[in-house]
Amino acid sequence: MSADLTVGIAQWLRRIGGAVTGAASKLGFASRFLLAVLWHTPSAFRRLHLTLREIYFAGVLSLVIILMSGLFVGMVLSLQGYETLKRYGADEQLGILVALSLVRELGPVMSGLLFASRAGSAMTAEIGLMKTTEQLAAMEMMAVDPLARVVAPRFWGGVISMPLLAALFSACGIFGGYLVGVRLIGIDAGVFWGQMKAGVDVWPDITNGIIKSIVFGIAVSLIAVFEGYDAKPTAEGVSSATTRTVVMSSLMILALDFVMTVFMFRGANAV
Amino acid sequence: MSLPAKPPSSRGADATVACRVDPAAAAVELTDVSFAYDLRPILTGITMTIPRGKIVAIMGASGSGKTTILRLIGGQLRPKSGEVRVGGLSVPELDPEALYALRRKFGMLFQFGALFTDMSVFENIAFPMREHTELPEELIRDLVLMKLQAVGLRGAAHLMPAELSGGMARRVALARAIALDPMLVMYDEPFAGLDPISLGVVGQLIRRLNDALAITSVLVTHDVYESLKIVDFLYFVSEGRIVASGTPDEVRASGDPFVRQFIDGAPDGPVAFHYPAPAYREELFADVG
Repeated sequence: MSADLTVGIAQWLRRIGGAVTGAASKLGFASRFLLAVLWHTPSAFRRLHLTLREIYFAGVLSLVIILMSGLFVGMVLSLQGYETLKRYGADEQLGILVALSLVRELGPVMSGLLFASRAGSAMTAEIGLMKTTEQLAAMEMMAVDPLARVVAPRFWGGVISMPLLAALFSACGIFGGYLVGVRLIGIDAGVFWGQMKAGVDVWPDITNGIIKSIVFGIAVSLIAVFEGYDAKPTAEGVSSATTRTVVMSSLMILALDFVMTVFMFRGANAV
Repeated sequence: MSLPAKPPSSRGADATVACRVDPAAAAVELTDVSFAYDLRPILTGITMTIPRGKIVAIMGASGSGKTTILRLIGGQLRPKSGEVRVGGLSVPELDPEALYALRRKFGMLFQFGALFTDMSVFENIAFPMREHTELPEELIRDLVLMKLQAVGLRGAAHLMPAELSGGMARRVALARAIALDPMLVMYDEPFAGLDPISLGVVGQLIRRLNDALAITSVLVTHDVYESLKIVDFLYFVSEGRIVASGTPDEVRASGDPFVRQFIDGAPDGPVAFHYPAPAYREELFADVG
C-alpha cells in the first residue's frame, strides 16, 4: 500500500516536474525566438514590400471588423454613459466619458482582442501550415532563413498595424458616441465636442493609449508568429496553435493592460 | 523546432568563397553515421558513398530513417557520431555561413513539392534566383522559362500551386530545385501519390536532368520499380541500418530476404507484418479488469 502511494507520489512529482521544465524550455525558446526576430529586423525593412504586404493583410483587411466594432462600442458606451451621468446631472460630460474610455482603455484593448482573433490567428495558421507543408524547410534548404523571409515581416507588419487600428477604433467609437449622444439623445454638439476637447490630454490620455496599443501589438504579433513557428506540423497541431494564439494573446492583453494602467494613470489620479 | 542557423550577412561571392567544395571528392560520403532523437535511435552505423554524376536511391519502409539521411546531408540535423561529408566538406563542422553557402549548391524536392502557396509557378522558380543573385528581371524571366520548358510546364507559369495536379506540382518543384544549377539534388519521395503517367514523367525527368546538367542525385523512395529504371545504385535501409546495396541489376538478381520482400511486396518477412505485441491467444483470453 505504502509502495503504491510512493509510486503515485513519484509519478505526480514527475508530471509536475515535466510540466515545469517543459514550460521553462518553451519560455527559453520563445526568448531566443524574439531575439532572433529582432536580429532580423533590418532584413524585414530592407525587403519593405514583404512588410507592407503584411501590414495590408494584418491591418487593412482587419479594418472592417475594427471600424464596425468601434462604431457599435462607441454607440453603446454613449447610451449607457448617458443613463448613468443623467442621474448625477452630469449628462453634458458625455463627450469626455466616451473619449477617455475609448482612448485610454477600450480602443487599445478591444482592437487588441479583435486583432488577435482576426490577424493573429491568421498569422499563426499561415506559418503553421507553411511548416506542415514543408515550405519553411524548403526555404532553409534554399539557404533562405525563414525567420528573415517569413517571420520578421509578419511580426513587424502586426506591430505597425496595431496602433493604427487602435486609433481608428477610437475614432470610430467617438463618432458612434456622437451619433447616439448628439443625434439621438439630443445633447448639444458644441458641449459634446467642447467637453471632450477640454478633458482629454495628449500625454496622459492619447499617448498612453498609443503606448498600450504598441505593447499589445508586440505581444500579439510575437505570440502569433511564435505559435505558428512552434506548431506541431499536423492539422491538429496547427489548430491547437491557432487556439493558443487567441487565448494567450487575449489574456496577455488584459494582464498587460492592468499593469500598464497602474503605472500610467495612478500618478495622474494622485495629483 | 529549432531556430535556423544564422545565414550569411552578404549574398553571392563572400559566401561562395566560404564554402570550398573539393571537385575530386565524392559528392556525398557518410561514414559510420548514427543519429537519435533523444534516446530513440533512428540511424546506426550508416556508411555510404554517392559518387558525382550518379543517381543513388535510398530505399526502405516508411519510418526506416531515409529522410533523416537527407536531413543530415543538408545540415538540418547533426549526427550523434560519424562523418557526413558533401564535396569533401564535413557538414556538421561547417559554421552557419558556410552551411548556407553550401546549401546554395543544393536543390531539394520535397515529398509534396513544398511550393510556396502564395506565389505563382513563375514566382516559385524565380524565388531562389531573386534571393541569391542580383540578376536583372529580364534574365530571371528567361531562366525561369527555360527551367519550366525543361519540365514541360512553360505554359503553366502563371498558375498558382493550388491549380496544379500532384504530378505538375512535383515537376514545378523539380524546376525550382534546379533553378540555381546545383551540384547535388535531393529528392524526398518524389513518386509518392502520383498516377502512373506522372510517375513515369517525373522519373524520366530526374534521369534526364541529372545527365544533362551533370548533377548528382540522391533519391529517397520506396517505389522499387520506378527507381530500378532510373538509378545507378541503391541502398536499402531498415530500422536505421543499411541492410543491402547494389546496382539495379544486382538488386533484381538478389536473394537477400529483405530485398526480395521489398521487391515482391510481401507482407511478411524480415519486415514483420505485426507490430510487436503479447501472444494473441494470451491477450484474447486475458482476464480484463
